[in-house]
Amino acid sequence: MNSSSRSTYSYWFLTPALLVYGGLFLLPTVISFFFSMTRWTLTDWNFTGFDNFMTFFTEPSLAIGFKNTLVYAVVTCGLKVILGFLFGAFLCGEWRTRGYLRAVLFFPNLLSTIAVGVTFNSLMHPTHGLINVALATLGIAGPDWLGDVHIALLSVAFVDVWKGVGMATVIYIAGIMSIPTHYYEALMIDGGNAYHKLRFITLPLSRPAMNSVIILSFIGGLRSFDLVWTMTKGGPGFTTDLIASIIYKQYSGGFYGLATAGNVILFIVVSILAVPLQRLLTKREVEL
Amino acid sequence: MKRKPLKAAIEIFAVLITVVVFLVPFAYVILTSMKNPSEASQMDLSLPAKWLFVENYGAVLRAQNGMVLRAFFNSTLITALSILALIVVCAMSGYVLERRSNKITNLVTFLVLAGLMIPPSVVTTIWALKGMGLYKTIPGIVLIEVALSFPFSAILYKNFMVSIPRELDEAALIDGCSGWRLFSKIIFPLLQPVTATVIVLSAVGIFNDFTNPLYFLPGAKNATVQLTLYNFMSMYVTNWNLLFADVVLISIPPLVLFVFFNRQIVAGMTAGSVKS
Repeated sequence: MNSSSRSTYSYWFLTPALLVYGGLFLLPTVISFFFSMTRWTLTDWNFTGFDNFMTFFTEPSLAIGFKNTLVYAVVTCGLKVILGFLFGAFLCGEWRTRGYLRAVLFFPNLLSTIAVGVTFNSLMHPTHGLINVALATLGIAGPDWLGDVHIALLSVAFVDVWKGVGMATVIYIAGIMSIPTHYYEALMIDGGNAYHKLRFITLPLSRPAMNSVIILSFIGGLRSFDLVWTMTKGGPGFTTDLIASIIYKQYSGGFYGLATAGNVILFIVVSILAVPLQRLLTKREVEL
Repeated sequence: MKRKPLKAAIEIFAVLITVVVFLVPFAYVILTSMKNPSEASQMDLSLPAKWLFVENYGAVLRAQNGMVLRAFFNSTLITALSILALIVVCAMSGYVLERRSNKITNLVTFLVLAGLMIPPSVVTTIWALKGMGLYKTIPGIVLIEVALSFPFSAILYKNFMVSIPRELDEAALIDGCSGWRLFSKIIFPLLQPVTATVIVLSAVGIFNDFTNPLYFLPGAKNATVQLTLYNFMSMYVTNWNLLFADVVLISIPPLVLFVFFNRQIVAGMTAGSVKS
């Protein structure tokens, strides 16, 4: 088997992948560690040590990206995990409009981020926007969603959840559907009610699905760029700037070394947050 | 029996919420796209005095010498070429990575899994593309899309390979079918369900991609549909009607796919996440 496996499953099958993925993802990632320590014009470079990193941590307009990125990732991830679970559990029930509800919750996933951003820019307009007009009829004075420094980031995070919660929901539905029905039957015989079902069966047994949602949406939140860029371009001031949007700004300003340092930082942030998180979650999954 | 009315009330409530949260914005975009500029700037849900469907959509399609039409052509071409390459590259890798397990393939699998998490380093990727002479070209962006979609699709193929019995390979080997023919004639046809998933998911993902064309395909000549909307944002600051007409135009292809392949899209998106 061994010699035949060598010729049958030849490494040649991997070469196209290694050329494309290696040349345009792995190699640039490795090289980025070097160029992050330079002042770089793409043709010419000067070695500057850790200067770029120091700039990132000390320049307030850059350092704010760490806090914003973390807030954005935690808020979007948290809301998707909780709402996705509630919607998923609800949509696993017997409802006449279940097909409609699932479809309507999912379709924003298929819209492009930029189309969603443009739409909400208009809906969140401080005076004419539909959201504030609707709030006004209820007697509530709506805030300037994207112009107020205290809530602009949360407003964008809310749109992110609007677009992405359907994805979390379908992952939960897949997980909840795979729970054997006899657990629920046993609970009914013991006199449990709907809350008990949700709390003691659906919640603990949809754990693998929940872990997927946590990891996917947390990493997605850390890497997020296009929605913020479409809606606020990092403003007002730098209050909605994420690491990824700062990278884009430095890149368009021609600060290639600094932009690359930003990418290295994002690489490190994702690794030190997401990798241990995944370890922790899968470990607890096995213990169940 | 007492619960029936309560259940109905909950369901009506849920439907009302989705109408407000999801369908009203949808209706708002479509209505606004057919108004005149001053009606559109009111940003309300009223019906347009005159339905300017032909006028507004025509204006968007004619803008900047038919930039939107050219962008549709570019985006379609990029999406189609990327999908073709992606299928070949990922099916071949998934096949060997699952069938052959040793230090080398385990290392490759690890590198592929890492690609699911790690964000691409943009400027060094531009540098690499320039080195290949492919920066700002259609083949260049196609290779980028393939490289960045590779981890997810390759893992889908690898996971699916588990369900194809090795006995089949051995039987084929005994009958003298080996190497490339074994893969292309016997294994690849059996991977058809994953291939369908990869086609539908990448079609939506690559057509909707904004970030990669922004970085790797700048320039008006090569605009993709998402970039046209981005450019219109600064051009049409006061013309929400035209902006929304473009939103509707570029949202049609993915929504049409959704109508026809609803099940495959949902199943495919969850398959990757729940299994691995």
